[in-house]
Amino acid sequence: MRAKTKTNGRGADPMRPDLFLIKRVRKETADTFTMELQPQPGSRVRPFRPGQFNMLDVIGVGEVPISISGDPASTVRVGHTTRAVGAVTNAMSRLGRGGLLGVRGPFGTGWPLDLAAGRDVVIVAGGIGLAPLRPAIYHVLAHRSRYGRVVLLYGTRTPSDILFRNELRLWGGRFDLDVQVTVDRGEGGWRGNVGVVTPLIRRAGFDPLQALAMVCGPEIMMRFAVQELQKRGVTNDRIYVSLERNMKCAIGLCGHCQFGPFFVCKDGPVFRVDRVEPWLAKREI
Amino acid sequence: MRDLASLLADHPFFHDVPAPYVTVLAGCARNVAVQPAAYIFRTGEPANAFYVLREGRVGIELPPVGGSPRTIQTVSAGDVLGWSWLIPPHQWRFDARALTPVRAVVLDGECLRKKCEQDHDLGYELLRRFSQVIADRLESARLQLQDLYGGA
Repeated sequence: MRAKTKTNGRGADPMRPDLFLIKRVRKETADTFTMELQPQPGSRVRPFRPGQFNMLDVIGVGEVPISISGDPASTVRVGHTTRAVGAVTNAMSRLGRGGLLGVRGPFGTGWPLDLAAGRDVVIVAGGIGLAPLRPAIYHVLAHRSRYGRVVLLYGTRTPSDILFRNELRLWGGRFDLDVQVTVDRGEGGWRGNVGVVTPLIRRAGFDPLQALAMVCGPEIMMRFAVQELQKRGVTNDRIYVSLERNMKCAIGLCGHCQFGPFFVCKDGPVFRVDRVEPWLAKREI
Repeated sequence: MRDLASLLADHPFFHDVPAPYVTVLAGCARNVAVQPAAYIFRTGEPANAFYVLREGRVGIELPPVGGSPRTIQTVSAGDVLGWSWLIPPHQWRFDARALTPVRAVVLDGECLRKKCEQDHDLGYELLRRFSQVIADRLESARLQLQDLYGGA
């Protein structure tokens, strides 16, 4: 008999996946792809807050937490971007268009977009960390007048690893959004920035005394990005990071994703830095 | 047209440098414009200047060994380029090439070294700022070596 689980507040059992069809797959890089999922009869797209994740179930293979990367305003499809790195995500990449996935969620905390209203917004992304920030970017751009200066700083390994290339180009052409992309290795005639993302923080045009920062990427990159933001004068209560851990239940029962005193699935994945800073630099946490 | 002292005073590298020092530094300065793809300096050449970047982007390159040059870092408006003028044997360790049109104020290294010898407070002020630049670039280079994004 299955243990009784709490509901997600809408009466649905959070442990029961809904069935979604992979309506579209877009290859972003050599190993990263974006899926647009469409609910099947009896299922629906549940509203989500930018920064939240779903548990995606490749039936018969396994279930993994994947951040939602699509537009939060969409009521017909939900977008997920992931890298094919393990058994489940590799199986997911093989399903392709027309495949079926189980979807549970959305789960976890979101980016503090209401708190950011009236402030400059600094978005710092590294690698595939741009995916969980993309819904926040959609939201900010859809409500652009609510925010001050908006800066998107994105670092990745090589030019061919850049996610959402066309969107970045469009966003970079806007006068109300400062987009800076940097790569570790400038291959293939790249004429843009080369180097890590932290020097971009130093140069970016925002008011550190009131700006709110959202950071997502590898933890070591986030640590250095946070330090750079602090050096510029952004206080810890205005810096948010998104953490990633292995998850199982996604509702704070199993303890797989414990991070210090927190469960990343339920207390995160988006955390205010002052809550998690003591554990960010610790090994094996 | 703005004078060199005010251009230097407004650059982040010289933030809060006392005005009399800025005037002294401007005495060693001149404006320069560089076309895209042009080399600003090359490895092994005498390092007799540093560049206060006002516009554009510059690639710091490893000279090619059998292939094409490899850009290891870029610097942009708001940054400074070059510290070999400060450290013996005063030779450039890397190539620097304009990736876009570049406008900069060039400070003559020999002139600066003389002024720093004459006024050690000025020398300390410059060294303090260059130490920060060197530390930042070293940290960036170390992070790049980590291949940060391999797993994320």
